[in-house]
Amino acid sequence: MESSGSIIRLFNVSKRYGAKYALKDVSLEIQKGEFIFLNGPTGAGKSTLLKMLYLAETVSEGQIIVNGMNLARISRPKLALLRRRFGMIFQDYKLISNRTVFDNIALVLEAAGQKPGYIRKKVMHVLRITNMEKKVHSYPPMLSGGEQQRVAVARAMAGNPSIILADEPTGSLDAEAAQATMDFIMKYHEKGATIIIASHDIQLISRTVKARSVLLKDGVLQNTATML
Amino acid sequence: MNRYVKRALVDIKLNKFLNLITIITIALSILVVSTFMLFFQNISNMVETWNHGGRVMVYLDSSFSAEMVPELNEKLKNISNTKQVFFISKDVALSNLKKDINSDSVFFETLSENPLPDAFDVRMSGVSSFDEVALFARTIKKIPLVSEVEYGQSWLDKFLGIYSLFKVVGYAISSLFFLVALFITANTVRLAFFSRQEEINIMHLVGATDRFIKTPFYLEGIFQGAIGGITGLIILLISYLSLSSGVNDAVSSYMFVDIQFLSIKYILLLILGSTFLGWFGCYISLKQLLR
Repeated sequence: MESSGSIIRLFNVSKRYGAKYALKDVSLEIQKGEFIFLNGPTGAGKSTLLKMLYLAETVSEGQIIVNGMNLARISRPKLALLRRRFGMIFQDYKLISNRTVFDNIALVLEAAGQKPGYIRKKVMHVLRITNMEKKVHSYPPMLSGGEQQRVAVARAMAGNPSIILADEPTGSLDAEAAQATMDFIMKYHEKGATIIIASHDIQLISRTVKARSVLLKDGVLQNTATML
Repeated sequence: MNRYVKRALVDIKLNKFLNLITIITIALSILVVSTFMLFFQNISNMVETWNHGGRVMVYLDSSFSAEMVPELNEKLKNISNTKQVFFISKDVALSNLKKDINSDSVFFETLSENPLPDAFDVRMSGVSSFDEVALFARTIKKIPLVSEVEYGQSWLDKFLGIYSLFKVVGYAISSLFFLVALFITANTVRLAFFSRQEEINIMHLVGATDRFIKTPFYLEGIFQGAIGGITGLIILLISYLSLSSGVNDAVSSYMFVDIQFLSIKYILLLILGSTFLGWFGCYISLKQLLR
């Protein structure tokens, strides 16, 4: 199972809420630079798996290794370091409503201890990439869903993470906004980042080239297949 | 640190109402505590002033005669701590008494002889404690012809007793207000924390450490404490300035001292205390909320 190119490895991972399993005995290896689609119907365990990767949920059984770190043994200060390696995108955007677009993105870099000059430069750079430069002083409630998701994508890219985790990133968007969001994620993937997207949108999956589909059903891994 | 200060100021601006409540609570607590401190400081000054300008009345027995004044004067002057010695003959004493009461009083006309004793008014210098005055009085008492030495000991004993009682009450009320302010500060931090729960969750998700999240809260607590403390002291100063002139006229004529505002040492101590209060309120809440 050991592989020098793997960035994430799951060994017989289960998540239990009381007697009910949200994930059962999932083993998976994700290579550096891979594009992974976690798919399956609602309640299949896609979001749970993602949450366990960034430790919003703990593992009931099994082990998860990310970048050589065993998540079961990670301390609270190291948890912050782990999360800085991920760029996260959520269906509900998770933007701070009383902070400007600039401040929302800058937060990631401030938390990482970056200098103000660098933060300014970097925030403007990711806003340019996502075509949100003009909205830099806007507050999230003033933006459309598509624009908010672009800000969320910009925030996910700001810290130059090696892994992007996206939980239903196009779930609340119209087709055009969904495609734009996917295009930005694809561009970031082309730079060598590992992308893991949880989505039940089959069309979205089929539009994305060279992705590996990981199908989950009732918390159990059904199959993995590379899509061409 | 600048970015933390900036974030703390932004947070204060976003949560004006909660911050205002905390500042008012701290200001009121500091006002109560500082009022007591002002009272005690001035009472202490009065006692100290009295001690420093220690005055002892030495009453002589009936066998004393005017020829003995130089000899007794010399003996009293030779005692260490004696600053000045004034002889007050019984005739002068009676005349002073008549002036003080009413010179035309029938009471004095009915007197067959002067009932007052001859006396010396002895002023002390370099006295630092009440015990020193008592020792000085005991030394004088040993001199022949001295029948009684009076230095206000009974009045001062009673006064110090009441003063001690007030001190205990002051400590109790100040502690109570401190605890109330601490409780309210801790709870407003808790409310602020819950009102920003989503923001804090997002911060955690994007890799913010606990320190990164806590520091602005602590700075807010420190700002609130310092501003509350300064506000309380300003209210006290305004009250002092508007009341002190009238009170000073009344008090200084009896006590020979002026009512003073708190010393710089106490002012700094109170501001430091209120700042600590703000910080400690935050500490208690955050310790529970961010475990």
